Amino acid sequence: MKRKDQRAALLILALVAMVGAVLLAMSGLKDRAAYFYAPGDLKAGQVPQGAVRIGGMVEKGSLQRAADGVTIAFTVRDESPNRIRVRYKGIVPDLFKEGSGVVAEGSFGPDGLFAASEILAKHDENYMPPRLDAKKGEHKSESLAK
Amino acid sequence: MIAEFGLAALWLAAALSLLQLGFGVAALRGGEGFASSVRPIAVVQAVLVGAAFLALIQLFLRTDLSVALVAENSHSQKPLLYKFAGTWGNHEGSMLLWVTVLAIAGAAVALFERSLKERTLVATLAAQAAIGLGFYAFLLFASNPFARLNPAPPQGNGLNPLLQDPGLAFHPPTLYLGYVGISIAFSFAVGALITRDVGPAFAKAMRPWVLAAWILLTLGITAGSYWAYYELGWGGWWFWDPVENASLMPWLAATALLHSVTVLATRDGLRAWTVMLAVVAFSMSMVGTFLVRSGILTSVHSFAVDPRRGAFILILLALYIGGALILFGARVGTVKEGSTFEPVSREGALVLNNLLLCVILALVFIGTIYPLITEAFGTKLSIGPPYFNSVVGPIALALALAMAAGPLMRWRRDRLFEVVRRLALPGGLMAVALVLVFVLAPGIRVLPLLGLALAFGVGAASLAPLWKRNLRRTPLFIWGMAVSHLGIGVSLAGMAAESAFSKERLVAARLGETVSVGPYAIRFESVDPVAGPNWTAIEGKLTASRGGGSFVLRPQARMFSAPPTETSEAAIATRLDGQLYTVLGKPDGAGRWQLRLWWKPFVTLIWLGGAMVAVGGLLALIGRVRRERRARRAEEGE
Amino acid sequence: MKRLILWAPLAVFAGFLMVVAFGLKRPPDPAIHSKLVGKPMPAFELKPAVAEHPGLSSEDLKQGAPRLVNVFASWCVPCIAEAPVLMELKRRGVPIDGIAIRDRGEDVAAFLARNRDPYAHIGTDPNSQVQLALGSSGVPETFVVDGKGVIRLQHIGAINPNELGDIIAALEAAK
Repeated sequence: MKRKDQRAALLILALVAMVGAVLLAMSGLKDRAAYFYAPGDLKAGQVPQGAVRIGGMVEKGSLQRAADGVTIAFTVRDESPNRIRVRYKGIVPDLFKEGSGVVAEGSFGPDGLFAASEILAKHDENYMPPRLDAKKGEHKSESLAK
Repeated sequence: MIAEFGLAALWLAAALSLLQLGFGVAALRGGEGFASSVRPIAVVQAVLVGAAFLALIQLFLRTDLSVALVAENSHSQKPLLYKFAGTWGNHEGSMLLWVTVLAIAGAAVALFERSLKERTLVATLAAQAAIGLGFYAFLLFASNPFARLNPAPPQGNGLNPLLQDPGLAFHPPTLYLGYVGISIAFSFAVGALITRDVGPAFAKAMRPWVLAAWILLTLGITAGSYWAYYELGWGGWWFWDPVENASLMPWLAATALLHSVTVLATRDGLRAWTVMLAVVAFSMSMVGTFLVRSGILTSVHSFAVDPRRGAFILILLALYIGGALILFGARVGTVKEGSTFEPVSREGALVLNNLLLCVILALVFIGTIYPLITEAFGTKLSIGPPYFNSVVGPIALALALAMAAGPLMRWRRDRLFEVVRRLALPGGLMAVALVLVFVLAPGIRVLPLLGLALAFGVGAASLAPLWKRNLRRTPLFIWGMAVSHLGIGVSLAGMAAESAFSKERLVAARLGETVSVGPYAIRFESVDPVAGPNWTAIEGKLTASRGGGSFVLRPQARMFSAPPTETSEAAIATRLDGQLYTVLGKPDGAGRWQLRLWWKPFVTLIWLGGAMVAVGGLLALIGRVRRERRARRAEEGE
Repeated sequence: MKRLILWAPLAVFAGFLMVVAFGLKRPPDPAIHSKLVGKPMPAFELKPAVAEHPGLSSEDLKQGAPRLVNVFASWCVPCIAEAPVLMELKRRGVPIDGIAIRDRGEDVAAFLARNRDPYAHIGTDPNSQVQLALGSSGVPETFVVDGKGVIRLQHIGAINPNELGDIIAALEAAK
């Protein structure tokens, strides 16, 4: 093979590999991306399919503990009238409590009950703004992803 | 005083780096006498910025709270090690560490690099000064580490408790050092593009830096994975979190670069490709720094973020990478083609390795930034392990196959039949392992099954190049390759075993109750309050037994006082055949405590393999440097 | 054709830059501002943090004149930087109440002794419950509350001396 031809061949090979990677990524993303919902995003009578994340506030007085000691159920709310009932088996993060923000990963059952596989309570009370001269926009708050 | 001294040294170093760039450009444009000053300037610059960094360390060791950075990140009661580590456990300090190491590496190039053409070296040092200059500007204008605080507070704020851990004290600097090494490789590539001097001499000059960077990245990722494993208390060792991906992507690019640079050094092939990979590797380390520091992606590792800083890094990224890519587009067509090779050859296998690594890199990159893209269109989503495992896993296994075959192939041209014959033994071993695992563990999923079988095949194949050699006369870099490849096999075995055979229990237990997980029976003995230097904790006492002997585990739920944060400290017992991992959860209010227990067979192999990969890299580095030096001496002796 | 391929990486890179530049331009976190601005203070009653000051309840904020509510903590460094600004506000006759977050009485007392004391009422909020109810996510934060107990402004982070005017203006507007 001539030098020029080999370089062209390698170039095309690299291009094909990259295009292949993008296509593979797209097909993977299509069925495995977890979309984010707040209670207000849900339409009546419809539940999202597959793995999703939900986020909102844990409604006061909604937390119930099951008899096995490791399963809990609670309601997530936002400003909308919608509510999501969540069930989770596991150790909740330290910052998880009623009235605070929560992000849960899991999937909806046909009855609208959200079975969480993971609870992420983001550090609500971040102990200080990053800079002493912090302007409003730079204040760090990880409370909730909307 | 110390702070002012440090700031002055930093300004001087920045001025020198501007001078280094100016002299370099002047020399390249034909200015007489400029070239000879570039090397000394690089050395003095390194001394100055080193002094600035020492000044910052001194401020932290003294807990000088009149310095804003110290007040925000340190505390007089903090153990000495963390005062020391606090120097770089924050944005400003870590950026100062970055330029310090960059300047020291530049000085090392200036002092020791002798094989490269002088013109290319000057261009390299000029490119390196340009990179340094951007970071000096970033430090001096957007994140001055020496800024004073008036009035000085009586007590500091403390270091994030999650970061108060010996592993993590040294994890970020290791990664940073790796990033810097890659930036040196990038400077070499830019220098070589400017002088159109892309050839074996350039590859040999660049290789030690790529190797060093790659070793450090390997160590950094391995340590980071272990840190996440035992500190976060979630039992997992890799979460495909953006911050983790930010360290993985430069590693993937550096691994590809390491292999292509070998082709260029040995066979003068893959010229344009190697230059491109150097650019990609550096852009990945910049993108990694950007993603972590801008807070643009939410992550389990929450860093203090600041969009203004993100914008600054983004501008640097645009200038450097954009500039390099323009140079690439304009110049690489005029670089002569390297020598050719047959598809079935060592070069062919290395091209396959490079392509697969780049495909994995692309998959990780797309998965990491995809949420950003969709958010631009108003859809929030997150990409987690299901995506990464399912798309990266199969390609990684294919890569492992290529890795097993590559070292057994000859340079330039080989015969397919011969290659198959050499692969017969490892291949056979792999088939036996496949059948054995399938019979012994019938329910095993496909990926772990293939992973385990491949681990055996890869292990055997990686030792094959040593077969029938006189081991004492085998060059050190061949040993390095064998050890690194074996390390990949070991790590693969650990990953497959962990994912296939882990046992998990989540229970609410009363004191005195016994819970079983895997081969262990675990008795929940007691819960007691304990206190440390800057935290208090609830500590559980668990007695684990398997057959005869028993041992005690003490997982804690810790509460740090400054700043107030709760963390859970998992208690982990390491045995030859795996780890027992225990986490103490919350009381349920009725006398029971949540316990989370894992038995993870052979999980330690994951990090042992990672360490072996790094050790192999070190052997190769020593071997290469020694050989170069010997070759040079022989040349000079003539 | 081949020439074009050499420029492909630059094109991909430019696309990446556009995406992240867009991401950076977006406000870093949409949850920064309390949804309570313009709404009444949530009802709460906090015990005194130190013996010298009464505690704070939402009723104390409905006394007819606008007040400042400053969320602070003794372990918070920016609060120290903010203290002189609060003293200046007090000197100008602005009534200021404090909510001490996750703090202990003796620490608060020591903090006030060191940095001087601008507060009328100081309530203690050991579990951050009121802080969270206020939609506040860090310390320090300051709320301007009008005479009927309605929140008019939420200031996040320490008040800089040059931001004093904004606070005064908000207090004037709340009258």
